[in-house]
Amino acid sequence: MNPTDPSITWLEEKPLGLAERLYLPLFLQGLTTTARHLVSPKVTVSFPEQRPTVGNPLIYRGVHRLNRDAEGRVKCVACFLCATACPAHCIDIVATESPWPDREKYPEAFQIDELRCIFCGMCEEACPVDAIELTSLLDLTGKSREEMIFDKEKLLSVYDMTKDAEPMKSAALGGTL
Amino acid sequence: MTSLVSLLPSLATVTALVKIGLLIGGLMTAAAYLVLVERWMAAWVQDRKGPNRVGIPLTKIRLFGLGQPLADGLKIILKEDFTPKHVDKVLYAAAPLVLLAASLAIFAAIPFGSSLPPIPALGLTGEEPLLVAPNLDVGVLWVFALSSIAVYGVLLGGWASNNKYGFLGGLRSSAQLVAYEIPLGLGLLGVVLAAGSLKLDVIMNAQAESGVWYAFAQPLGFIVFLVASFAEAARLPFDLPEAEQELVGGYHTEYSGIKLLLFLVSEFLHMVTAAFLIVIMFLGGWHLWGVTGSGAVETWLTAIVRCAVLSAKIFGVILFFMLVRWSWPRFRFDQLMNLAWKVMLPLGLANLVTVATVQEFRPQLVAALGADAAGWVAVMIPWGVFFAGWIAAGLLTPSGTDNRPIRTHGPLDVEHELVEV
Repeated sequence: MNPTDPSITWLEEKPLGLAERLYLPLFLQGLTTTARHLVSPKVTVSFPEQRPTVGNPLIYRGVHRLNRDAEGRVKCVACFLCATACPAHCIDIVATESPWPDREKYPEAFQIDELRCIFCGMCEEACPVDAIELTSLLDLTGKSREEMIFDKEKLLSVYDMTKDAEPMKSAALGGTL
Repeated sequence: MTSLVSLLPSLATVTALVKIGLLIGGLMTAAAYLVLVERWMAAWVQDRKGPNRVGIPLTKIRLFGLGQPLADGLKIILKEDFTPKHVDKVLYAAAPLVLLAASLAIFAAIPFGSSLPPIPALGLTGEEPLLVAPNLDVGVLWVFALSSIAVYGVLLGGWASNNKYGFLGGLRSSAQLVAYEIPLGLGLLGVVLAAGSLKLDVIMNAQAESGVWYAFAQPLGFIVFLVASFAEAARLPFDLPEAEQELVGGYHTEYSGIKLLLFLVSEFLHMVTAAFLIVIMFLGGWHLWGVTGSGAVETWLTAIVRCAVLSAKIFGVILFFMLVRWSWPRFRFDQLMNLAWKVMLPLGLANLVTVATVQEFRPQLVAALGADAAGWVAVMIPWGVFFAGWIAAGLLTPSGTDNRPIRTHGPLDVEHELVEV
């Protein structure tokens, strides 16, 4: 970069005026800012008693769920795209022949290790049938490591628990139903 | 019998001990709760709620977090008191003690109220001043001498730690504290000159009698003293001794557990001392127009009201200290020194000369203009000097406030030369 380049405009800071040299504007600015914040509404959420509000549940990345289709069957077709996309290798699927005519495979077992998961949402992005989704449940706790490995039933039950509050995202985002 | 009675402490000793107990108990509790206030202020300024959970231990009662000081204190006392191998053991242990002893002993000469009415039942026939050492004629000097000893605590801590951050912190801090002693003293000399006494209770009485607080009579002295006491208490924007970003913890980097607690408590006591001095010397002490009266204490009500006014003023000043902490960024070291030597020292001298002149010619003023008009003139002259002095300081020392880089080369000269070579 050439400093004499005519396309560059060099800006000079304005010299300090009398008021600024007297430190008064700075003094007043600082004091009014802090005094205003002292009495302004607080942003802290008193967590266990008070729930934080999730901005947009459609893009929030909380606990996973496995969606059911209209007949109550698991939507997953065991294509392994989510497990392949997962950077933390926390998804473990056992596929088997589907008993239903509309698909070839379905997951016999579907496990997500919530402790390894980094909640990046890649699985949700990868899923071609919108079966796996991230809900807006944000406080996931457990008493043992085993408890934090979610199997198919648990993931389906998360769906049953959250389907009223958070309908399947596919409709809103224009995906498969 | 007589020999037994002679073994009993005298009444003066007992009253002094009671006052010391009240003062130290009050100060320690106040320091603990001021930590909570400080945390609340910090939180509120940052739009948080601050500590509001800890209440009465072993119950679920929360009391807005008023149990927090107990939890904080227990935690830091029970922490391991670790002494690193490389420190100078004696000085390392002595430093926090020196600092705490000095900052507590200061209060011997600082009144914490006006005085109590006579209590004949206990044998107290006269008014009992609320001051540990009421007959100390050098009260202000005592306060000054002991607050200077605080420098030793900081310096010892920094030196004994044998750690470069601790040492730099101690070095900086001693330079800062020594530099700001001078404006502090100059601000105080004006008050001593006007009141004609070195006793702090006499200074308060003088303000109560005239009704003109020295902050109004000597605005320049007030500003100089205020700024200098911020620097002496090492509060932001002058907290260079422990600038976390640059020095980890400054002089107390190597300290932990109860020794660290002593350092932190003494720091808080410094702030409390500064607030006491500001209120007593410049904001009228226990005096408030139309509420406290100004003469002798006759009833218990007056005594209590005066104590309450003094405490409220001190609390207000402490809140100001805490608000200031979040309002302005820290000064750079050269700016700090510029402010001390090039701004505050001349302004303090100007104030002293003004006050001395006004005091010297007051009789002539009164004779020429009458008492009322002379009183107004005696207040107006210092205000004129105040404005003139402040504007002169702003115009003459741009380096104190102008933070822009001084551009002797073009913006990219250095890089350009490097490329060409």
